[in-house]
Amino acid sequence: MFASKRGRIAAGVLAAGALLALSACSSGGGALGGNPSTSSSDSVTIGSAAFGESEILMQIYAQALEANGVKVSLKPSIGQRDVYLKALQDGSIDLIPEYSGNLLQFYDKSATATSSDEVYTALGKALPSGFEVLDQAKAQDADSYNVTKEFSEKWGVKSLSDLSKVTEPLTVGANPEFQERPYGIPGLKSAYGVTATLKPISDSGGPLTVAALKNGDVQLADIYTTTPAIKDNGFVTLEDPKSLIAAQNIVPLINSKKASSTVKDVLNKVSAELTTADLIDLNGENQGASKTQPDALAKEWLAKHPIKK
Amino acid sequence: MTDILAAFAWVFDPTNWAGPGGIPVRLGEHVWYSLLTLILAAVIALPIGFAIGHTGRFRGLAVGISGALRAIPTLGLVVYLALITLNLSIIPPLIALTILAIPPVLAGAYSGLESVDRRTIDAARAMGMTELQILFKVELPLSLPLIIGGLRSAALQVVATWTVAAILPVGGLGRYLFDGLAVQKYDEMLGGSILVIALALVTDGVFAIVQRLVVPRGVAAGKVQDVRTKDPWRPLGPSVPNHPLGTSL
Repeated sequence: MFASKRGRIAAGVLAAGALLALSACSSGGGALGGNPSTSSSDSVTIGSAAFGESEILMQIYAQALEANGVKVSLKPSIGQRDVYLKALQDGSIDLIPEYSGNLLQFYDKSATATSSDEVYTALGKALPSGFEVLDQAKAQDADSYNVTKEFSEKWGVKSLSDLSKVTEPLTVGANPEFQERPYGIPGLKSAYGVTATLKPISDSGGPLTVAALKNGDVQLADIYTTTPAIKDNGFVTLEDPKSLIAAQNIVPLINSKKASSTVKDVLNKVSAELTTADLIDLNGENQGASKTQPDALAKEWLAKHPIKK
Repeated sequence: MTDILAAFAWVFDPTNWAGPGGIPVRLGEHVWYSLLTLILAAVIALPIGFAIGHTGRFRGLAVGISGALRAIPTLGLVVYLALITLNLSIIPPLIALTILAIPPVLAGAYSGLESVDRRTIDAARAMGMTELQILFKVELPLSLPLIIGGLRSAALQVVATWTVAAILPVGGLGRYLFDGLAVQKYDEMLGGSILVIALALVTDGVFAIVQRLVVPRGVAAGKVQDVRTKDPWRPLGPSVPNHPLGTSL
């Protein structure tokens, strides 16, 4: 059939054309290549960042909404904040669980609010139009400075103000951005007069950071407060009397068009029930021996805290 | 496009060339780590490659193991080694990258030795050379270009992949990638990539030159033709020019 050269060229052009047409069909624009949802306001696309806790929260929101008649589709593990916020802005996702302090920092680099209420108020003003945050939960997952029990006992250090008692040079294990963040290296200096050098470990207070703290490579480590490793290793979380570290309450960030009364009601009820202790337990089960998946964990949590609109 | 222009601007900005995190320091660290890795890989892979190439045995096993080693994801291995040894220095990435570098060096070594004309080795044996003498005086000099080729391929991969080590608190050009990404300084991130690419190209160029230079003088001067010459009227080849019988046979 295609023995002739002309026939083969024609077939090739046809195939290339078909391929182009097919690819044009699937790309609907958007940072994630998905079509933005255009159906009724009671269907929501929920995204999450690429770490366990974010996925667990996404699942909790999703299952609570589904139980109350909202159609839900999921886009888990999107990536870093700038990537998923772009997805939110172009409509690939409608809702994502966020952390009040860091979200505020992202939209307003000069923000100085640190308490939960101040951050929440400032956040409402800093968000781009068309997006809002619903009620925030009491649950927080904030950065925290941690030391080993031995270090704490040796130097009598229980809070960040006590660090001035330490005479050996201090290094902090944290993500590379710690060098610039107001609660990081610069903040330690300005608020507590402590000069520390950063050892950049790019796992967001994960196992590499914990290992560095355990083996003495660093004296301080930035580990998020709901990480089970803090309790498991007996680390001492240093108190922050000068409120260097901003509050990081869990808060749903949603496209205002999707914030129907049902959606708002359900998510606000979820936020009212969520506590920091819950997060620590959920993370413990997710990261521990049982390695329970986020959807199963969300189901368990909702069984204990049924949400009805 | 503006991102790439910004990246070049970042590379040529003099403030980025100063200080302990400046470009010369990171470049120096990167070159040092890569060199260390290559030397380690050569020390491990070359003797094994020579043994395989000289004796002709275990080649299949070597190919299989090389393939398996190539499949190991380097970043995963770096993190895994760091976690099980609780060591966050350059040791875990050094091990992971040496594993990455071994397959090309090994392949270069045994294929280099295999490419040597068997009759040359036969002649050497006939002259009374011991196996080791054959290896060092005949096989190695003749296969040097291919061995250097293997090192060249390894060097390229090593220079490009040392960037992943920056997930740990180590130096090198990967620092610009990780640190830039962390604070959304994309010019720094792309600038770091540009530097890695430039370094890789320079490395490749250096090895290409070395590859040319190590061809033995005798080999470069005149290639000995196969006995089955293309010209049926010159069965004795150019090594016996103008033979009275040459043209009439």
